[in-house]
Amino acid sequence: MIAIDIKNLNKSYENGLKALKNINLSVRSGEIFALLGPNGAGKSTLINIICGISKKTSGKVTIFGKDNILDYKFTRSKIGLVPQEIATDSFEKVINTLKFSRGLFNKVPSDEYLSFILKSLNLVTKKNNQIRTLSGGMKRRVMIAKALSHEPKILFLDEPTAGVDVNLRKTLWNFLNKLKKNGVTIFLTTHYIEEAENIADRIGIINNGEILITENKKKLIEKLGEKKIIITINNSHNNIAYITKKYQLKKNKNKLSYIYNSKKNIDLSASLLSDLVKSSVKIDDIEIEKSNLEEIFLNMVEK
Amino acid sequence: MNLRGIFAIYHFEMSRMFRTISQSIASPVLSTALYFIVFGSAIGSRIGNIDGVNYTSFLVPGLIMLTILNQSVSNASFGIYFPKFSGTIYEILSAPISPIEITCGYVLAAASKSVLVGLIILITSAFFIEITILHPFWMLLFLILMSITFSLFGFIIGIWANDFQKIQLIPSFILTPLTFLGGSFYSIGMLPDFWQKLSYVNPIVYLISSFRWSFYGNSDVNVVVSISATFFFLVLCMVFVSWIFKTGYKIKT
Repeated sequence: MIAIDIKNLNKSYENGLKALKNINLSVRSGEIFALLGPNGAGKSTLINIICGISKKTSGKVTIFGKDNILDYKFTRSKIGLVPQEIATDSFEKVINTLKFSRGLFNKVPSDEYLSFILKSLNLVTKKNNQIRTLSGGMKRRVMIAKALSHEPKILFLDEPTAGVDVNLRKTLWNFLNKLKKNGVTIFLTTHYIEEAENIADRIGIINNGEILITENKKKLIEKLGEKKIIITINNSHNNIAYITKKYQLKKNKNKLSYIYNSKKNIDLSASLLSDLVKSSVKIDDIEIEKSNLEEIFLNMVEK
Repeated sequence: MNLRGIFAIYHFEMSRMFRTISQSIASPVLSTALYFIVFGSAIGSRIGNIDGVNYTSFLVPGLIMLTILNQSVSNASFGIYFPKFSGTIYEILSAPISPIEITCGYVLAAASKSVLVGLIILITSAFFIEITILHPFWMLLFLILMSITFSLFGFIIGIWANDFQKIQLIPSFILTPLTFLGGSFYSIGMLPDFWQKLSYVNPIVYLISSFRWSFYGNSDVNVVVSISATFFFLVLCMVFVSWIFKTGYKIKT
């Protein structure tokens, strides 16, 4: 089932800036989708339009098949949003702000559910504290708790771990995986590649308001990633110039690097090793390195 | 209808009032008490009756109206401006709550605070001043109607304002002068002919006059005209608010 469906979405500002250019994107129910992009790429604008905070210029957004403007009460009731900036009423108590959020979304009061959320986010001991007294990380948890207080089916997290320590980041990742198991669709934006690599099922890359690619994480790394084979040879005095040329190897002292991309080249690593053996080259070590998401991301946005 | 959403906003705003009780209730009550002391007891004793009513008693409806108009505007404008300023407006805008429901939550809360302040002033003044309320039903109706109307007006100011200075602009430079010149402290009939005619252009004259009528049965203007004018202003504010939400003016980018 499609949770979020975006068709030909455009957003232009009065000053002429085109923040989003013909965005087409679908997110399946129950998946974790990570949208990667540099600052100003259009990630927050996209989320804000889906959630009803910003106006679109043209195009269509549907949530579980319903238009997000015509059926806004239905679509918004399914959505929880954690914005990029921490924005809470500082003088309010944690438990009261959760009750407020739940009421705003027309949900019957439930102390039991709110206690579950507080427990899940390690906020139980802070529930009667004023928000202003909490640390930055705790405030971030409160923002997430608020977004979950009305039991949304889709959770939008706009750079949820920006400025958050490693420990909290990992706690959050575990929590998001639990939510996923409970059937919640998660749409997150981030510029931490590690985050997307760790928790996302599917990844989209956005730059200058355009979605460059959306793909299953593993497939993306497979499709656009490169494999590097580093062969350490012992007898560097051997004349292997013709092998270096044939396989376009990079040579650094006694290390030979063979790089291949499954999309662009045929894997000649077996043939390379065979040629080296035939030339009486003694091989001390073979290492294989796969490029990570960060390298793929940088390759795409820097083009 | 998202009644829980309306109540959530209403409850949040009322909680804020009780959290800051010295500012939201004690302060306006004290200010009004000072007016009573200065204008009523000190100066008022030298002024005779107005329209057959003792001057200090005459002051009560005018001062209540002066307070509730200012309170309604400032409560409602601050109520909606602060979420814009702090960024918490995102939650309201992304919730399944209609523009009318949002407005109801904020305006009803602001109006409730004003009515409460107005009633506290009335009860407090009754301890020191002789007050007659000839038409209690109408008095209460005017109090509520004007609180709602001016809360709606304040709500519009809060949406329009993009800094704290603008929130104070209209109340300080338009509303307060019109209220002072609208018969809070005197009867329009006491003015020279030219100023009397000019006063009838001031919409606040109609509000104060009709409110005073509910106390003492005397009015500078026709009560039906006053009620009609108040309703007209109420409808005008409602139309403007619906336009704001329809276009996203100053709320959505």
